[in-house]
Amino acid sequence: MSETQEGKTTEPEVDLPAWSLRRDDPRARALPRSWPHRIDRKWAWSGSDGAGVRVAIVDSGIDGDHELVGGLQRAVAVEKTADGEWKVGDDDAGDLAGHGTACAGIVRSFAPRSELWSVRVLGAGFKGGAGALLTGLRWAIEQGCEVVNLSLSTPKRDTAALLHEIADDAYFGGSVFVASAHNLDVRSYPWRFSSVVSVASHDGEDPYEFLYNPDPPVEFFARGMDIEVAWLDRTRIIAAGNSFATAHMTGICALILGKHPALTPFQLKTVLRETASNMRES
Amino acid sequence: MAEEDLRAAVAAGALAAREGHRPLLQAIVEVARAIFGARAASIMLLDHSAGELVFQAVTGEGEDTLVGRRISSATGIAGWVAQSGQPLVVEDVANDPRFAREEARRTGYVPKGLMAAPLLRDDRVLGVLNVLDRPERRRFSAAEMDLLGLFANQASVALDLLLQAQRIETLLGTAGDELEAVAELAMRIDRLDEDRRAAAVRLLRDLVDIVGS
Repeated sequence: MSETQEGKTTEPEVDLPAWSLRRDDPRARALPRSWPHRIDRKWAWSGSDGAGVRVAIVDSGIDGDHELVGGLQRAVAVEKTADGEWKVGDDDAGDLAGHGTACAGIVRSFAPRSELWSVRVLGAGFKGGAGALLTGLRWAIEQGCEVVNLSLSTPKRDTAALLHEIADDAYFGGSVFVASAHNLDVRSYPWRFSSVVSVASHDGEDPYEFLYNPDPPVEFFARGMDIEVAWLDRTRIIAAGNSFATAHMTGICALILGKHPALTPFQLKTVLRETASNMRES
Repeated sequence: MAEEDLRAAVAAGALAAREGHRPLLQAIVEVARAIFGARAASIMLLDHSAGELVFQAVTGEGEDTLVGRRISSATGIAGWVAQSGQPLVVEDVANDPRFAREEARRTGYVPKGLMAAPLLRDDRVLGVLNVLDRPERRRFSAAEMDLLGLFANQASVALDLLLQAQRIETLLGTAGDELEAVAELAMRIDRLDEDRRAAAVRLLRDLVDIVGS
C-alpha cells in the first residue's frame, strides 16, 4: 500500500495475501479501550460470584449432590458406540474416581453461581485411546463453555497434534482451557501449548495466591498441596496434585469472566498475569 | 515377522532376563516404601486390552498375596492416575467407602492415604506406582511429589525392560522352532573367537542370500 502526498492511502491494484487486512475493513476500526491503567484484583473480580459463566470439568464425572458441589447444570459422558464412534450422551454414573468431584468443589468455592458441566471422559470408555478426551473437549467448546478445566494430560504425540488444534480453536472461539502441568518431568499435552492456561502447584495455603511464572511452559502456580476436597460418597479428603491447583485457577477465571464476560482468552491471561500474587509495582 | 522383532528376539539371548527384572521392580518399591516411611508400596502394570491394572511388585501389606492380582483401571484412584497420566496424593481415603470398595477390600487392607504416580515411557502409560500410608505427621510437600516422580521414572524404566522381555518371550513362544534355532545359533556364534566368528557371519550372509532368493 502506498501513501500519497496528502497522506491518504490508495487502494492497491492487487488482492492482499490470505489472512491480511485492508485498512478500510470494518475489522480495522478502533476498538473501545475498556481497561483501566491499573489491572488489580478489585477491578478483575471484586463482587463477582461467577454467575453466567459455564465451567466444564473434563474428568472422571462429578457427584453433583455433594454439598461442596451443590448441583450441576448438566452431566454427560463420552462413550464408544458399538460401531466404534465416540458419542456424547447424558451421564448418570456420577464420579468414577472422586477426582472430578474434588475439582468441581474447588471451582464452586470460588464461583458459587457459575454453571458446572460435567464431561466424563474417564472410565470404561477411555481405555485404548484419547478419542474420549478429544470428543469431550470438542463438545465443551461447542456448548460454549467459557472455561474448561482439564486436569489430564496425554504423552501421546499423535494425540498432541489433534489436541493442539482443539486448544487453538478454543482459544479463538472464546473458551479458556485451564490445563494441569505434569507433576513429573514428562512431556505431555495439552498443558504445554501456549493457547491454554497451564497450572502447577505451589505449597502455600491461601486459595487466592497464584503466581505468574516468567519461565514457561508452566504459566501459573496455584495452591495444590494439602487441600480439603470433596470426594466420593459425600466425604471430604485431603489431597495434593497439580489437578487441584488447576481447579483453583479455573475458579479464578470463572470469577473474572463473571465480571468481564467479554474478555477473550488472551485478555484473560493478561488479567491473570497482572493480578498474580508475585506482581509488584515497577 | 518383522526383521526388527526377529533381531530383538535373537539379541535377547537373555531369555532369562524377565526374571532378572522382577527383583529390580521389587527393590524400587522397597526403597520407595522406606524413603517415605510408608506402610506399603506397589507397582501395577496397565493391561490396556483388558482395562485392568496388574500388581507386579508389592512390599509391606499385601506382599504375599497381591502380585498377579488384577483390578479395574476404569475406577478408583490408581485407575484415575493410569488414565489421566497425572500423579495424585490423597489422605484419609479410608473414609471413602468406594475407594475401599471391593478392590481395596479384596486386597485385605484399606489404606488411609495413597500417593500414586503414572509410570510413563516415551508416550505410553505403562502402569502406576503406589505408596500407601505414609506417616501423617507432616504436610505433603512439593518436594515429596518430586521424589515420587523420581521413583516413578525409575520404575518406568524397569517396567519397560520387563515388558520388552515379555514381548520377546511371547514372540518366541508363538514363532515356533525357527526363532529358537536362530537364537541358539546367535548365541553359539557369539562365543566363537574373532576369526571363526567372522567366517560364521560370512556363511550366514550367504545363507540369507540363498534363502532370500
